[in-house]
Amino acid sequence: MIPAPFDYEVAESAEHAIALLGEREDAKLLAGGHSLLPAMKLRLARPSVLVDIGRLAELSYVRDEGEYVAIGALTRHRDVHHDPLLQEHCPVVSFAAGTIGDPQVRHRGTIGGTLAYGDPASDLPAVMLALDAELVVRGQGGERMVPASEFFTGVFQTAIASAEMLVEVRVPKRAAAGWSYTKMTRRAQDWATVAVAAIVERTNGAVGKASIGLTNMGATPLRASAAEDALAGGATIAEAAALIPDGTDPSTDYAASADFRRHLAKVLGRRALEEAVAR
Amino acid sequence: MSIARKGKDLLRRVALTVNGTRHELELEPRELLVYVLRERLGLTGTTVGCDTSACGACTVLVGGESVKSCTMLGVQAEGFEITTIEGLATNGDLHPVQQAFHEHHALQCGFCTPGMVLAAVSLIESGGATDEEAIREGLEGNLCRCTGYHNIVEAVAAAAGVI
Repeated sequence: MIPAPFDYEVAESAEHAIALLGEREDAKLLAGGHSLLPAMKLRLARPSVLVDIGRLAELSYVRDEGEYVAIGALTRHRDVHHDPLLQEHCPVVSFAAGTIGDPQVRHRGTIGGTLAYGDPASDLPAVMLALDAELVVRGQGGERMVPASEFFTGVFQTAIASAEMLVEVRVPKRAAAGWSYTKMTRRAQDWATVAVAAIVERTNGAVGKASIGLTNMGATPLRASAAEDALAGGATIAEAAALIPDGTDPSTDYAASADFRRHLAKVLGRRALEEAVAR
Repeated sequence: MSIARKGKDLLRRVALTVNGTRHELELEPRELLVYVLRERLGLTGTTVGCDTSACGACTVLVGGESVKSCTMLGVQAEGFEITTIEGLATNGDLHPVQQAFHEHHALQCGFCTPGMVLAAVSLIESGGATDEEAIREGLEGNLCRCTGYHNIVEAVAAAAGVI
């Protein structure tokens, strides 16, 4: 399969990319291309121009910014997975990045690409939601910060406007928190059928406050608010895990029925919370 | 300023370095790297399996790292050193991973083999082939439809020196 014809421009800077984006309404940014190119081959996406930002080294970095770790949008999954700063301060991010696709995909795919694509089955969106990360979006008028809770707006839809690009992800340091990213896939390299990100503050070895992010349980990544509230109110992990599907709207597809996804969310959620408390 | 609409007429002059040889090519942006390798350069050792980035048969090394060449545009590869299965042997001597595949009979029909070998080279050179589990995990992006994984894992372990 070969994509339909498109025009191709190489961006020399983020500003250049944003200017190019502004010139044609259906322009798309090309980073690693590991979501966009398969979609273009299947004619699910048919932009008339691709703006290649894949060589913008200025947007590939991981930096310590005190309260948070800043990750450049073009940092590849492979580099997020192996980054010592993230492993120390935000281990759930580096771990989850290492579960995306397979090594070949992680050699090309970028953190900005996977977040901007807005696929509810991708791993990092739910992790960013659970961590209350902030996303920095740049347009011709400057930069704005979008909390993860407002970033994902629908299936393949985000808060990024047509002539804007995601340039940085800011992840709060949570080195002391317990964490887990527990995922079930049909095949080794597959998208998550369901996955659960759990970030847990511990008091005397028990769950104090927990943040739970859900992958592939609706049109966007979701927080399991009912389960979080139950844990805050003193519920056990088993009691809270039973509430994880509340407020979700999973789809039925080749990998699982909606009912099975709701069941999986409870089981994986319990395992994730148990692992997070122990880690 | 505006981006000129060129569509099918758009050809880009691209210099690709494949197996140490520099090639000047005029490519349509939509030409995928695997087809550039196979059809423009005649390097048919890189196979097309699923063409959807699932099977890994088309794996080549881009800048020394494994990449599925059906999911990368030829124009994106400009400036990188690309290695295909044809570029692994030196002076007629098989690469250690090729030799290990030979010795451990790590192929049945052979269709997945070039991609499997290059994925293994990338895994070993990145220090990821530390034990059997890591090798199995590290080859998760490559499917063998003959299901001949056992000998493949043994060959990679032998080449990595972990058995």
